[in-house]
Amino acid sequence: MSNYSRRNFLKTGGALLAASSLPISMVEMAFGKDSEQNFTFAYISDSHITQIKGNEFVRNWDRGLIRAVAEANLLDPRPDFVFYGGDIAQLGKPEEIDHGLEILGALRGDVHYVMGEHDYYVDLGEYWQKQLGPDHYSFNHKGVHFVVLNSILTHEEWMHRKWDSGMDRMKQMARLDNPDGQPFMVGDKQRSWLKADLDKVSKDTPVVVFSHSPLQKIYKGWNFWTDDAEQVQALLKPFDKVTVLYGHVHQIQTNQIGNISFHAAMATAWPWPYPSTYTQQTSYLPRLTVDMNRADPFFERDATGWQFINLHSGNVDVHYTLPDNEARVVAFDEKLGHPVDTKYQAVADRTSPQKHY
Amino acid sequence: MDSRTMRYVAAGVIFLASGQMLVPAQADEFDQADLDRWQQEYMSVVEQGEKLFHGGLGNRNTVSCDQCHPNGANTHPETYPKFQQQIGRVVVLGEMINWCIMNPLEGAALALDDSSMVALQAYIHQERRGRELAPGKH
Ligand code: HEC
Ligand SMILES: [Fe+2]
Ligand SMILES: [Fe+2]
Repeated sequence: MSNYSRRNFLKTGGALLAASSLPISMVEMAFGKDSEQNFTFAYISDSHITQIKGNEFVRNWDRGLIRAVAEANLLDPRPDFVFYGGDIAQLGKPEEIDHGLEILGALRGDVHYVMGEHDYYVDLGEYWQKQLGPDHYSFNHKGVHFVVLNSILTHEEWMHRKWDSGMDRMKQMARLDNPDGQPFMVGDKQRSWLKADLDKVSKDTPVVVFSHSPLQKIYKGWNFWTDDAEQVQALLKPFDKVTVLYGHVHQIQTNQIGNISFHAAMATAWPWPYPSTYTQQTSYLPRLTVDMNRADPFFERDATGWQFINLHSGNVDVHYTLPDNEARVVAFDEKLGHPVDTKYQAVADRTSPQKHY
Repeated sequence: MDSRTMRYVAAGVIFLASGQMLVPAQADEFDQADLDRWQQEYMSVVEQGEKLFHGGLGNRNTVSCDQCHPNGANTHPETYPKFQQQIGRVVVLGEMINWCIMNPLEGAALALDDSSMVALQAYIHQERRGRELAPGKH
């Protein structure tokens, strides 16, 4: 890892109130000699804003997002932009999307959005796209090529079946452990778009891809999975440095497949158990993953959080920001050629709360 | 009275009434049909529990157990009774279920022998079947 500490980016979470009254200039930037290449962005995901009735929403999920926004606003130096990783809403209702966007509206700086299945399946993304624009796009920023994909599509026949209502379809998709679940996919159309998009990019340009579902196969039963993951990976293979950042899994996950580094985002709403804790089925958690601590049910924000990301020389370091808990840093190790947890990678260094069963 | 007790009583009645030295039918006898029926009874409660766990509790804020515990994961029924540090004493599974009902679900606690409580436990245990008992484990 490089020459800065978390302190330089975030006025520590433990002293939030005090920090917010600090003059911003008190925190110095501490970039090293490559500073012109480095930049950061914040990454917030999975708020699952839930409407109860009228303008009443589930307090717990509101609080998670409000807190992440407040903390991200304290980042100093300012991140270049913010990414939102999907699942703004629980059931994709316009009221939920609007309420989420209202909270996110307090963020300082530009926000880019990724489509989640909880935003999509009630109206096949219509309201989300009306508010936020296309569900797949790319842009360049300081020498890095960013790509956003809608990875939560599924079989056309299923999506366009004769449903009683869009909400019926949403409820099928919204249930994570649905035994009749449908697999996520990027689909042929978007993959040809991606191919054409990447053809224009030189192979030594660092590429960062955002999707909602993991573009790798972890556990199909909970859709920690994208059906055409290998085909997407094949399109990314020619590049020197690729990072895939995804939401959906509500937990820290880390992987390296060939040239591609994978990092998952925590949710602001609630954490999920690791699939291995469901003992009736087999799952494949990437070996590099260092589990986050088991959540304390008596502290509703435990094991939720958000992350900020430092892109140094085209690789990604992810700083996981957990309320009332030690932050975790998973940084790319140049020598090993994959990301490592800077503190807990060695099995012997892990703590009791990191043991899930 | 379940069918096992009935048989036992019936065997006794025959024995007394006839006044003869019959070999009494084995008290504990049951056959495959009984097993099937009992299993069916049990599974219908598991199914009811599955529905309650997936949004069937009718709590006003609409939050459901499966949102945080897909397939009942991380409910660790095999570890109960155990000391819950935040409650400050050894509790049974149902008390922790009630804790989650009252907090994330913002609902009303169930009596420990409420049929919904039994059903929730049946579902949770069923999803965790085969795990070794580990009472007290944190
Ligand atoms: C907002 C998320 C959330 C919801 C909703 C929720 N729980 Fe929990 N629950 C937790 C967390 C987090 C834990 C701690 C898990 C652990 O110990 O690893 C927990 C723990 C438990 C435990 C004890 C597990 C242990 O290891 O001791 C049980 C039993 C339980 N929940 C049942 C339920 C039931 C039944 C419901 C629905 C009525 C429910 N929960 C709803 C988050 C939730
Ligand atoms: Fe989500
Ligand atoms: Fe999702």
